[in-house]
Amino acid sequence: MASTIKIALVGNPNTGKSTLFNLLTGLNQKIGNFPGITVDKKIGYSKLGGDKLAEIIDLPGTYSLYPKSRDERVVFQVLADKTNASYPDLMVVVVDATNMRRNLLLYTQVADLGIPIVLALNMTDMAMKEGINVNVDKLAERLGVQVVAISARSNKGIDALKRALLNTSIATQVPGADMLALAPEAIAKSKALLGTDEDYYALQILHQHAHLDLYSTEQHQAFADIKAEHGFESSKLQAAETISRYRYLGSILSGVIVDTGALRKFAFSDKLDRILTNKFSGFLIFFLILFFVFNSIFSWSAYPMELIENGFVWLTEQGHAHLPDGVLTNLFLDGVVAGLGGIVIFIPQIAILFAFISILEDTGYMARVTFMMDKIMRKFGLSGKSVVPMIGSLACAVPSIMSARNIESWKDRIITIMVVPLVSCSARLPVYTLLISLIIPEKMIFGFINLQGLTLMGMYVISILAAIIVAFVMKLIIKAKEKSYFIMELPVYRMPRWSNVLFTMYEKSKTFVLEAGKVIIAISIILWVLASYGPPKRFNEIDKKYALIEAKKDSTAISTLERDKAAERLENSYAGVIGHAIEPVIRPLGFDWKIGIALVTSFAAREAFVGTMATIYSVDNGDEQVGTIRNKMAAAKNADTGLPVFTFATGLSLMLFYAFAMQCMSTVAVVFRETKSWKWPVIQLLYMTGMAYVASLIAFQLLK
Amino acid sequence: MKLSQLNPGEQGTIVAFTDLDMSVKLMEMGCLPGEIVEVERLAPLGDPMAIRVAGYQLCLRKNEASMIIIE
Repeated sequence: MASTIKIALVGNPNTGKSTLFNLLTGLNQKIGNFPGITVDKKIGYSKLGGDKLAEIIDLPGTYSLYPKSRDERVVFQVLADKTNASYPDLMVVVVDATNMRRNLLLYTQVADLGIPIVLALNMTDMAMKEGINVNVDKLAERLGVQVVAISARSNKGIDALKRALLNTSIATQVPGADMLALAPEAIAKSKALLGTDEDYYALQILHQHAHLDLYSTEQHQAFADIKAEHGFESSKLQAAETISRYRYLGSILSGVIVDTGALRKFAFSDKLDRILTNKFSGFLIFFLILFFVFNSIFSWSAYPMELIENGFVWLTEQGHAHLPDGVLTNLFLDGVVAGLGGIVIFIPQIAILFAFISILEDTGYMARVTFMMDKIMRKFGLSGKSVVPMIGSLACAVPSIMSARNIESWKDRIITIMVVPLVSCSARLPVYTLLISLIIPEKMIFGFINLQGLTLMGMYVISILAAIIVAFVMKLIIKAKEKSYFIMELPVYRMPRWSNVLFTMYEKSKTFVLEAGKVIIAISIILWVLASYGPPKRFNEIDKKYALIEAKKDSTAISTLERDKAAERLENSYAGVIGHAIEPVIRPLGFDWKIGIALVTSFAAREAFVGTMATIYSVDNGDEQVGTIRNKMAAAKNADTGLPVFTFATGLSLMLFYAFAMQCMSTVAVVFRETKSWKWPVIQLLYMTGMAYVASLIAFQLLK
Repeated sequence: MKLSQLNPGEQGTIVAFTDLDMSVKLMEMGCLPGEIVEVERLAPLGDPMAIRVAGYQLCLRKNEASMIIIE
């Protein structure tokens, strides 16, 4: 049997750790969860040679074992717990050769935990170019650890690294800086309590035991007592530790690194920064890039989305043609397959958005955008890092919420996730265009401004303003658990790694389909049942009535028979019953029961609005038929008053409702996934729908 | 003098920090007492600032920079 060893990848952010992970594991990777934490666990498998298989886990990038964000906390949680499923047999510490000293700080910390290490010195080719020469043998000798020079970017040294990992006689590294001296008595007591020989492990537990769920209440109290007795001041000791480690590294590195080109290595990045973060050209270029990204998400995804849509239509037709008629077939085709189609249709947009995000991040440009926008965003309770998700949500909130993971501060991240769905996404576009064509005359102002287009733009502006205002309110309400930092590395500009771009596209699409997909399918099935079934008594009557008409063989009635029957069945289905039931609540907004059904079906996805309206007003579905739905809707009269249903007031009220309400199962599912709790999606659902109700109410009551 | 008071192009040597928690983070990122820091540029709206320290570029908000004492 092949033996498997567990290997953890540890390193600073921007060291090429993920590139190395992709190189080692290929597509043979999966994303799991660390129990109870919002951080994804990336695991992959790699054949080291012979019969040795390695399970490789990519730990979040961090500058030290003392965490500053939720992601970083995972590193010590895994490394501190020998019973953890991810506890490694050995670690690969990835070190950026162009910035050795800062990178090695983390190395000295994890080395003191007593887990065997191989040090992967990455970007050695870059370092050479920048005039930095590293004496690898001397470094290995001084640290007492295997050091392998690699270049993950150009796929060099990976075999040597695998050989080093195979070498079972990995020496445990020599101890570095003296940690016992920091707090001798407290460490001794902590060691006795833990039953360990490792000084540094005992010290770390004293610092971080509160974040580990390894200990009982009594044990936590015991650690707290030790700290109180010996005047253990966490921050002071961390500062002292850091200084002592840097001193040790100074002596290790003297004579190991020869740096000859310190001056020229930043010249190129500097020149680019002068243009890209300039007051004028900086913002201009940023908005041009934004425009390009936004435009591409729409235009490039149009064709694949059409293919997917047609593919699913074809699949459904084939299914109906070849599968035996019956409830199961209908459930499978109109519930499950339709639901699946609703998920898969998002893949092109998700893949394209993440391709851009990956490129912008890889090149180092995203860090500059954050840098430029931070001051504006901070005023509204967001951070510079919220810019990316906000922009992305113009296309779709789902991938944007996923991209909010880059925000370290918990509070900034939650606020971003909470307001992102307010920004008008592409699914609202068909709703807006249909309603605008109903209520806004096709007129030109000053001869060149299209009034309908102006209204559409107005809806987008309103949505962005709403997001900003809500963020500002939440900033005042939500209490931060951890300090928000904006101390961030600005990496030098580099060419994007295309393989990483592809990996990101694949990985994000897969995660979305698997995770959000489960919920969407479930809801689609429920909706199908609600729209297809009704109280049996009513359905029997409809069947009887149409059987009678059919028997008469009246040629004018026959042509519209199926549609009329479908419309009447829908009215009497459970969804229709619900529509009638909520009518009293939505009447003050200017909506009748038919719009009520659309609101109910739109809960799964806003796109359902046009389709539901089409079914209710019994018009054939399809985009080219918008004109006919439009005409039917325009002609629709209120049964009691005889006045048109879609007045300016009702139309505007409905548009505002769609602008603010949380009507997207995918978003609810992804917020649940990202926050790992139902609390946030529920709050979001309530506040957004509440806001939508109030906005529609005010609009309708003022305008009617 | 505080780091936040420097103009782009000016440099100084880190002497001390006024906030203990922040000092840990800053030192981990390479801002050690004795290191030379140079202000490279300010963001278009004047905050945050980008500095060069320990061989790389770091950005931080001005109120964070005001916790670094330099000379």
